[in-house]
Amino acid sequence: MGLAKRIIPCLDVENGRVVKGVNFVDIRDAGDPVEIAIRYNEQGADEITFLDITASHEGRETTVHTVEQIAENVFIPLTVGGGIRTVEDIRTMLNAGADKVSINTAAIHNPELVRQSAERFGSQCIVVAIDAKRVDDVDGAPRYEIFTHGGRKPTGIDAVAWARKMAELGAGEVLLTSMDRDGTRDGFELGVTRAITDAVEIPVIASGGVGNLQHLVEGITLGGADAVLAASIFHFGEYTVPEAKAYMAERGIEVRL
Amino acid sequence: MTSVVAVIDYGMGNLHSVASALEHAGADKVLVTHDAAQIRAADRVVFPGVGAMRDCMAEIRRLGCDQLLADALVEQHKPVLAICVGMQALMTHSQENGGVDCLNLIPGEVRFFGNPLTDGDGNRLKVPHMGWNQVRQVRDHPLWHGIDDGTRFYFVHSYYVDAQDRDLVAGALDYGVRADAALARDNLFATQFHPEKSHTAGLQLLKNFLGWNGQC
Repeated sequence: MGLAKRIIPCLDVENGRVVKGVNFVDIRDAGDPVEIAIRYNEQGADEITFLDITASHEGRETTVHTVEQIAENVFIPLTVGGGIRTVEDIRTMLNAGADKVSINTAAIHNPELVRQSAERFGSQCIVVAIDAKRVDDVDGAPRYEIFTHGGRKPTGIDAVAWARKMAELGAGEVLLTSMDRDGTRDGFELGVTRAITDAVEIPVIASGGVGNLQHLVEGITLGGADAVLAASIFHFGEYTVPEAKAYMAERGIEVRL
Repeated sequence: MTSVVAVIDYGMGNLHSVASALEHAGADKVLVTHDAAQIRAADRVVFPGVGAMRDCMAEIRRLGCDQLLADALVEQHKPVLAICVGMQALMTHSQENGGVDCLNLIPGEVRFFGNPLTDGDGNRLKVPHMGWNQVRQVRDHPLWHGIDDGTRFYFVHSYYVDAQDRDLVAGALDYGVRADAALARDNLFATQFHPEKSHTAGLQLLKNFLGWNGQC
């Protein structure tokens, strides 16, 4: 027996409301991130990830308040990402109660931010989010490149090399999202997941494309991920966290039951 | 029995999680502070920690928290709970940041997990050790009350504690190496894991701490 593989429900939050997939049936949970986070805590989720997709400054203040409320009511780790640009942004989120902060675009514009923040706050709270998209080489061999702006803007950066560099700069974890699969419910892009989990010593969270429980299993057994992140399969009430864990445990994956 | 808990704040990160978990576990009052009078007046003391050891030790010494902790432990004999880097800071020395001298309240070394790290079957293990791992209760202790042997707690660390006196080990962890998950001596209990982030098991441990008289 060893370290359990983690199941991480993800809340995409805009202006203080969960916007991607909410439980239509149960009106009490209609988009309130604090209530949804409490529900996942009660279900036995191993962590919660909160991705802030708010653009406005006013919305950001709402986010800080929401993070504070979640942290006061949820006794599992909380990762907050989205719009983190400076060491000060990281400090604000950690002070609001986040245990880890996820850095995405800002790491591409300023890789030193990862080093500075890891030195300041410790690697354990610095997650680097990587949005990768498959771009085949001329000979057809798969290669994965980092994209920004929701998968629209290529950067020319190789995703595997980037993950290695981020780990060297002090990132404590990688949150890997396949832009080809995000929202498709076709399962994780296992090629890039395996390539990155093999390339770095730090834990990797697989994200993007989960449509059923077998996908969660494959992310771990085939992709080699240390944790699997999903949103819609949990929000819509299709599956509960205990159902996902029971399914994984039956297939030999070590989980916290 | 009222329980006013002082959470020693030496400025290294957010301690609200620890405070809110203690409140949730039933503390009457939680003070996040480095004020000597408040810490001396508290019924029990929590010594948390997050971040890199060199900076932690510098701030602990600058704010006089080393003396406050020693007073609570030795002079006042109050129940003290050290968490994560707080536990590591109790030891003699840490390998982190090129080597840092710690408080030497418990003889022992804080070591790097190693890179590459592998388990007994040769499988690669990631560092930091991040997530939910099983804690083997190697001896009885009031803080284990109501918690099954082998229960998973939440860990996040790249360095681990190796105490010299193996009789002090209350909880053990296997992660490529034998690491100390919990130490206990008299009125002191220390955990490498984060009870405040360990869901129901963690809250139970905090509840046990709030009801503990400091005797083993």
